[in-house]
Amino acid sequence: MAGAKNHDYHILPPSIWPLAGSMAALAMAAGGIMWMHSAVGGGLLFYAGLAGVLAVMYGWWRQVVIEANAGDHTPVVQLHLRYGMILFIASEVMFFVGWFWAFFDFSLFPAGIQVLDGKVSLIADVANGVGQWPPKGLEVIDAFKFPLLNTLILLTSGTTVTWAHHALIHGDRDGLKKGLWATIILGLIFSSIQAFEYSEAPFPFKGLNYGAAFFMSTGFHGFHVMIGTIFLIVCLVRVYRGDFTPKQHFGFEAAAWYWHFVDVVWLFLFVTVYVWGGWGAPVHSG
Amino acid sequence: MTDTALTPSAFEAHHDDAHAHDTHEMSFFARWFMSTNHKDIGTLYLIFAIVAGIIGGGISGLMRAELAHPGIQYLGYWASFLPGGEQGLDHSLHLWNVLITAHGLIMVFFMVMPAMIGGFGNWFVPIMIGAPDMAFPRMNNVSFWLLIPAFTLLLASPFFGGAGNGWTLYAPLSTYGEPGPSTDMAILALHLAGASSILGAINFITTIFNMRAPGMTLHKMPLFVWSVLVTAFLLLLALPVLAAAITMLLTDRNFGTTFFDPAGGGDPVLYQHLFWFFGHPEVYIMILPGFGIVSQVISTFSKKPVFGYLGMAYAMVAIGVVGFVVWAHHMFTTGLSVNTKMYFTAATMVIAVPTGIKIFSWIATMWGGSLTFKTPMLWAIGFIFMFTVGGVTGVVLANGGIDDYMQDSYYVVAHFHYVLSLGAVFSLFCGFYYWFPKMSGKMYNEFLGQVHYWVFFLGVNVMFFPMHFLGLQNMQRRVPDYADALAQWNWVASIGYMIMAASMVVFFVNVIMSLMSGKKAGDSPWGEGATTLEWTLSSPPPYHQFETLPRID
Repeated sequence: MAGAKNHDYHILPPSIWPLAGSMAALAMAAGGIMWMHSAVGGGLLFYAGLAGVLAVMYGWWRQVVIEANAGDHTPVVQLHLRYGMILFIASEVMFFVGWFWAFFDFSLFPAGIQVLDGKVSLIADVANGVGQWPPKGLEVIDAFKFPLLNTLILLTSGTTVTWAHHALIHGDRDGLKKGLWATIILGLIFSSIQAFEYSEAPFPFKGLNYGAAFFMSTGFHGFHVMIGTIFLIVCLVRVYRGDFTPKQHFGFEAAAWYWHFVDVVWLFLFVTVYVWGGWGAPVHSG
Repeated sequence: MTDTALTPSAFEAHHDDAHAHDTHEMSFFARWFMSTNHKDIGTLYLIFAIVAGIIGGGISGLMRAELAHPGIQYLGYWASFLPGGEQGLDHSLHLWNVLITAHGLIMVFFMVMPAMIGGFGNWFVPIMIGAPDMAFPRMNNVSFWLLIPAFTLLLASPFFGGAGNGWTLYAPLSTYGEPGPSTDMAILALHLAGASSILGAINFITTIFNMRAPGMTLHKMPLFVWSVLVTAFLLLLALPVLAAAITMLLTDRNFGTTFFDPAGGGDPVLYQHLFWFFGHPEVYIMILPGFGIVSQVISTFSKKPVFGYLGMAYAMVAIGVVGFVVWAHHMFTTGLSVNTKMYFTAATMVIAVPTGIKIFSWIATMWGGSLTFKTPMLWAIGFIFMFTVGGVTGVVLANGGIDDYMQDSYYVVAHFHYVLSLGAVFSLFCGFYYWFPKMSGKMYNEFLGQVHYWVFFLGVNVMFFPMHFLGLQNMQRRVPDYADALAQWNWVASIGYMIMAASMVVFFVNVIMSLMSGKKAGDSPWGEGATTLEWTLSSPPPYHQFETLPRID
């Protein structure tokens, strides 16, 4: 049917990105498995696949930006993008539910284990064999030092990204740049402090449920902070290139939403894993 | 929120590019490998699901062959075809675990879900709401193509030792029980398939909420669209929890964490909680689109609107919501406290209420209707009958006390095959015959269709009904050998498989013959009872339908 298109939806031409991305994902998965089992070339294949996935992301989203600038994103298409991003964040929330579930399973129903001289063992005294959380003998990170600082940093970055947003809406490109720069720098500081905290952590990643729950939940959060930081950096580059208008700037808004999402996850991590989850345990002095 | 209200006139200049892509101008590669067309992608999904169904169904043939007699007959011989050759009894028994795992994963993730949501959902959700395509046409294609690497990994895994954890991948068997790469391949296959489904879910929800034609309010949407909407929400909220769970498996297996290892304070039952928090919504993900298909078909062939339309829609919403809070009924024998079991027993039984609303509303739709028993209608009525049988045994199993005796018996196997193999699969055939003329432009052969139905109906009932007896006589699932006393019904069940397989030959003959030389289908071959928008289009529909949006009063 070759009639005229009388609607505002975005009908797309064929695209190679989905197929290319899937094949890159296959290389990444296969390479990752080979790598984990020490097969020759596994690491190489994994990184080749990762490079392919990143290249597809770049090419695909570059095309989305070009289409947006060409005016393909009518109001209803922008609404699609909003729904898409909100739903994606909803799925991310459920992903973190899984990690919090593991944390609360371990902390509310603690196993009868103890840590003696860095070694994990079952509590031999069966009569007093009830577990405690954190596990007996474990030193934890002081929630009110670096974690509290990081909380303040992320909350501050939430305000700076809002500053950038308001500047954008009011046509203040200079304020937009400043706000974005501030947010990105705060995000990088957060990640640096997390990396330092990891290097100083008084408990292991391996062999202990506390370490597993702590590092995987805060680790996936940290990974999301890095994604959010990259997302904001992309927005900053686009600002310098002259993208975004006071009326149409969904790429920026999506980055800001994502940033607020990682902020909220951190607040839950801080309150539950760091403060409540470390309550009463000896604090690591270092 | 910022102002997004650009005036439509600002975009008129860009409306011309959409029409340079009609099929005749497109290379084969561009059309089928780079597709952004919901109907083509739906067709790809259906072909994929049929291929996966043949493989998954073939595996159940192997299983029924082995189970036809007590003792181990064929497993050692089959194992000799895999790398390393035959290596003794344990190795042969492991192959059994590999077969049941592959059968489960393939049928759930690579047959039912792609066919229901990817196939029929892609084909008919946009059309039924009067939309030209999906909201994110490129993302739609990545949802499909991610299934290819996922399926590749799963199918390759038997050649690297084989993942024999069962489709649930329970720890500790899936952590230190099987150290080889196969289980990692199965896990990453699930990761990729899960990513595919999450992206698909985002696409469907956005499409249904934002792309309904003028006048197509939520309360006027066809029930199939409602069913896909609820399903998409279940996918969106359940799959990420599975992703977290199997990531924990990965780190436990390869990076030394102890999420599920008690020696490091971990908890194997945690895996079961996480898995079934996904797994129970998953079973509704598989059946809800089937509810939707059956609703359309019953209405069409009764020449009546669905009885209690709103109740039908919100019954599905209720099933979706309650489906998230009943997961531990899969875990009654893991040592849950009595109070916990009481809650999950009660909550599970609550689901019988909205499900009953649906069953009775389908019957009430037929009541006093002008019925014609074409093939899709036969499948729909068969669905209602067989799904009710599976639902009733589900109510039995919902009881924590009774389930202590039933857990992991063939009674459970019979139950979930009645709701899936005779429920979900019946609804798939129902939809396939119903929409085959619309999708292909050709009529299927009615006689062969009815032969397929009756022989399939006979076959699956002969196969699965005796499993109730076997379960009550204590036959355990996932075991290739059994006591001699159980031989009779196992033999009958294997005969049932052969009857079912014969019916599938009829099905494929019918499909191939109809595609090659079927009568041309009119726009609306089912007559006045078919009132949804797909029947207003040509058969097959134009490459881009609704270039001027329809208006619904």
